[in-house]
Amino acid sequence: MKHELPQLPYALDALEPHISKRTLEFHYGKHHQAYVNNLNNLIGGTPFENADLVDIILKSDGGIFNNAAQVFNHTFYFMAFKPKGGGKPGNKLNDALVHTFGSFEKFKEEFSKAGATLFGSGWVWLVADSDNKLSIVKTSNAANPMCDNLKPIMTLDVWEHAYYLDTQNARPKYIENFWEALNWEVIEKRFENL
Amino acid sequence: MSFELPKLPYKYDALEPYIDAKTMEIHHSKHHAGYTNNLNAAIAGTDLDKKGIGEILANISGQSAGVRNNGGGYYNHDLFWKLMSPDGGGEPTGELQKAINDTFGSFEQFKEEFSKAAATRFGSGWAWLVKLSDGSLKISSTPNQDNPLMDDVEVKGTPILGLDVWEHAYYLKFQNRRVDYISDFFEVINWTEASRRFHS
Repeated sequence: MKHELPQLPYALDALEPHISKRTLEFHYGKHHQAYVNNLNNLIGGTPFENADLVDIILKSDGGIFNNAAQVFNHTFYFMAFKPKGGGKPGNKLNDALVHTFGSFEKFKEEFSKAGATLFGSGWVWLVADSDNKLSIVKTSNAANPMCDNLKPIMTLDVWEHAYYLDTQNARPKYIENFWEALNWEVIEKRFENL
Repeated sequence: MSFELPKLPYKYDALEPYIDAKTMEIHHSKHHAGYTNNLNAAIAGTDLDKKGIGEILANISGQSAGVRNNGGGYYNHDLFWKLMSPDGGGEPTGELQKAINDTFGSFEQFKEEFSKAAATRFGSGWAWLVKLSDGSLKISSTPNQDNPLMDDVEVKGTPILGLDVWEHAYYLKFQNRRVDYISDFFEVINWTEASRRFHS
C-alpha cells in the first residue's frame, strides 16, 4: 500500500499568528512529506508492503517504525488544528478532563509542563487506557503510545523543527501558541469514538 | 563551585557564511547558557558541587536525568565551539591525518562515514570521532546530550571531533536540510584543536 501525505483541512497560512506559514511549509511540506516518502521506500519488498499504517507501527522497528510512526504522529497533530481555533473542549471531554486533572486549566498546565520538560525530540500525548482512563504521556523521537496499549486523543510535537523558525529556543512560547490553534471538535470526536 | 558559560573563542559572525551569526548567538547565549544554569541547579547542594565536569561525566550512570542532560549539554557545546574556527576547514595534518587514513582509508572516506553518522542520527544528538583507550579511532553517534566520556555509552573514549545535530544547531539557516549543515561544518573544523585532543 502506498502511503500518502494527507491534505490539510486549512491553508498553510491559516494558523497565523500562532503557527507561521513558513513553519508549516517546512513541517508539513518537507518533514511530513519526507517521512511518507521514506516509509514508502523502506517497506517495498518487506512484509509491511501492504500493511496499514497502524499495523506497521505496532509490529515494526528501526527505520520503518520511525518513519511510519512519524507519518501517523504528524497527521494526528496537523489534523487537530483550525483557523481561529483554541478555547476549551465541549462538555463530554471537558468533564473527563475535570474528573482526571481537577480542571481544564490544570490539565492545560500539566500538558504544557510535559511539553516544556521533554528533553530532546519527542511528543506529548493525552491518552486513554483500556478502561478509558485519561493520562498525559511523553514519548521520545517517533515513539507512539499505541505501542503501550494507550489510545491517543491529542498530541503536541516538541521536535525543534515544529517551532524553531517561530520561537527558537522559547519552547514554552510555542506551547502557548499551540493551544490557540487547536480544533477541539476533532479532539472531542476522537474522545467520543474511543 | 558552579559552572560558568564559557566565552566563545570568536565572534558570533566569525563562522559566516557556514554558520550564521543568529544561530551562533542563540545557540551559545540561550541553549548553552540554559544547560549551564540547569547543571548548576541540578548539582547545587549535592556532592557533585565540588567535582569537575570530566569526573561528573565519567560517573554519570548513577546520576539523575537532570545532571546527565545538562552536564552533557554544558560539556558538549564548550567542546563544539573550540572545534570550530574562522580559520578552519581543510584537512588534518601530521599524526591525526595518518591515524584517519589508517583507520578509514582516506580523509574523504572518513568525511563520508562521519557525515553519514551525523545525517542518520534520528532525533536530537551528536556525531563523534572518538579516540578509544587503545589509541584507535572510531566514529559514533549519541542521542540527546550523551557523549563518549559517559561511563554507560556504547563507544567510550576521548572525543576528538563532535558535531551537534540537534535541530537548533542548524534550523534557522538550513531547516530540514541537515546534510547541507554537515557539509558546511567541514568548512569550519578546527583541525589544530582536534589534533591537540588526539595527542592529549
